[in-house]
Amino acid sequence: MAADTTTRSAPPEEIRAVPVRHPGRWVAAAVIAVLVAMFVHMLVTNPVFQWSFMFDNMFSAPVLRGARTTLVMTVLAMVIGVLLGVVLAVMRLSPNPVVSGAAWVYVWFFRAIPRIVLLFFVANLGALYATYDLGFPFDRQVMDLFGFTGDLRFLGLNGNQIFTGFTAGLIGLALSEGAYMAEIVRAGIQSVDPGQTEAASALGMSRSTAMRRIVLPQAMRVIIPPTGNETIAMLKDTSLLIAVPVTIELNFQLRAIGSRTFQIIPMAVASILWYAALASLLMIGQHFLEKRFSRGFGARETRAQRAAREAREVGSTH
Amino acid sequence: MVRAERVHKRFGHVEVLKGIDLAVAPREVMCVIGPSGSGKSTFLRCINHLEKIDAGRLWVDGRLVGYREHGGKLHELKDREVAAQRREIGMVFQRFHLFPHMTALENVIEAPLRVKGVGKQEARARGTELLERVGLGDRVHNYPNQLSGGQQQRVAIARALAMEPKLMLFDEPTSALDPELVGEVLDVMRGLAADGMTMVVVTHEMGFAREVGDTLVFMDDGVVVESGSPRQVLTDPQHERTRAFLSKVL
Repeated sequence: MAADTTTRSAPPEEIRAVPVRHPGRWVAAAVIAVLVAMFVHMLVTNPVFQWSFMFDNMFSAPVLRGARTTLVMTVLAMVIGVLLGVVLAVMRLSPNPVVSGAAWVYVWFFRAIPRIVLLFFVANLGALYATYDLGFPFDRQVMDLFGFTGDLRFLGLNGNQIFTGFTAGLIGLALSEGAYMAEIVRAGIQSVDPGQTEAASALGMSRSTAMRRIVLPQAMRVIIPPTGNETIAMLKDTSLLIAVPVTIELNFQLRAIGSRTFQIIPMAVASILWYAALASLLMIGQHFLEKRFSRGFGARETRAQRAAREAREVGSTH
Repeated sequence: MVRAERVHKRFGHVEVLKGIDLAVAPREVMCVIGPSGSGKSTFLRCINHLEKIDAGRLWVDGRLVGYREHGGKLHELKDREVAAQRREIGMVFQRFHLFPHMTALENVIEAPLRVKGVGKQEARARGTELLERVGLGDRVHNYPNQLSGGQQQRVAIARALAMEPKLMLFDEPTSALDPELVGEVLDVMRGLAADGMTMVVVTHEMGFAREVGDTLVFMDDGVVVESGSPRQVLTDPQHERTRAFLSKVL
């Protein structure tokens, strides 16, 4: 009865207490404000920055072409690297020890080699063989064995043509990225509850269908954040293409202007701004990918559900 | 429908099943009870070859599970053939194992689409019908994490039924549920039994076993200690171990 009367009476007066003061926060904010002011002052007053020169030159045609090359290289190297990583991760988890061992050796080797060293090596593969042929393995030896001369090759590629410039850079970066992605994908696959695979196989799904439809989509949630890191690292590592060399790339182009005009600092700052802008672009892409693959893991209402709820609400008001 | 003869199963040096002989007739509902670690779940998983048996023989619908007998020798079936056998056997897990990245309807139609090659229209119509049958007609577009445990388990049952199995296996389907949600899942299972589905149910729900089960099997320490009609096993157990177990759970 007592409970009934309290719930029926007016609610108690709202609390209006004097808030606790935080002087430490004000001091910290003041210190940071002063530091920012000093930094801005330096940017404005130091004549070495040559802002107008920088803005005039950082959007010149060769720089824009370099930015495009850098972005295309980043995307292609990542796409190939991710595909390679998925294949290597599945190999690594194979029950066949030779297959799994081969994947382990690949990952070990390409993670151990600095990218700049690898790029330099790939760029010079033309010196190892003049042509690279596709055909049957040990064809000459086998033909010899049966008393014939000749070979069984159907495609010959000139080593000095493939292992140069853009292609060489792409091969080097993608091979290296495959090793890192293999570990990321493997962690993603192993993070999925084994009960999911069991449920899939209990429904009669084959191993590959279960991997493609059930395990990998769930692994993506774990795979995407570190892959975003990898993509941004790749964007920055395209500046290593100097080792090939690839000259139509962003950093090379900006530095070329800098050393030609002796305006080193403005062009270095231009480089910083360009990479920061491109990385931000990639981070936006990552945000949308993460949203796409978090379906079923947040409390977020989906489009179909909202439509259903609105239909219900409209129905109930009439 | 299911026939087991002297089925043995080892995990390393631990013998989990020590010679199981059982038979389940078509349209029969068999409930399996017993203390944890008695091997009842393992036996259930052997029936659809999620576990390989080490000795004995196991048939489902007259065909050996996981093997082919040819010239007096057993040959392991290929993955594809094992998958084909599993299509005929539905399984419901204690922890549901719904696919979290798919809605209830997508969960139900995934296997018919990818495994059976049913057309999308037909699969969706049939999937919606199944979800209505388990009382979730208004939840088809919800993701599993937006459903209660009881609702998730009912989706899991609909998902298994979508493959039109001849046999349904239930591995403690209500053990992970809050007590007030157990009833809705048992109701669905009761309906299935009434429709004539052959079912093997590992459970701790004695009420369900008594009311719905045709036979009740008590397993302990990897052997079938006692089996018979639920009424007889529950009210007049013949073995000391059965009596001891029942005195703790009833």
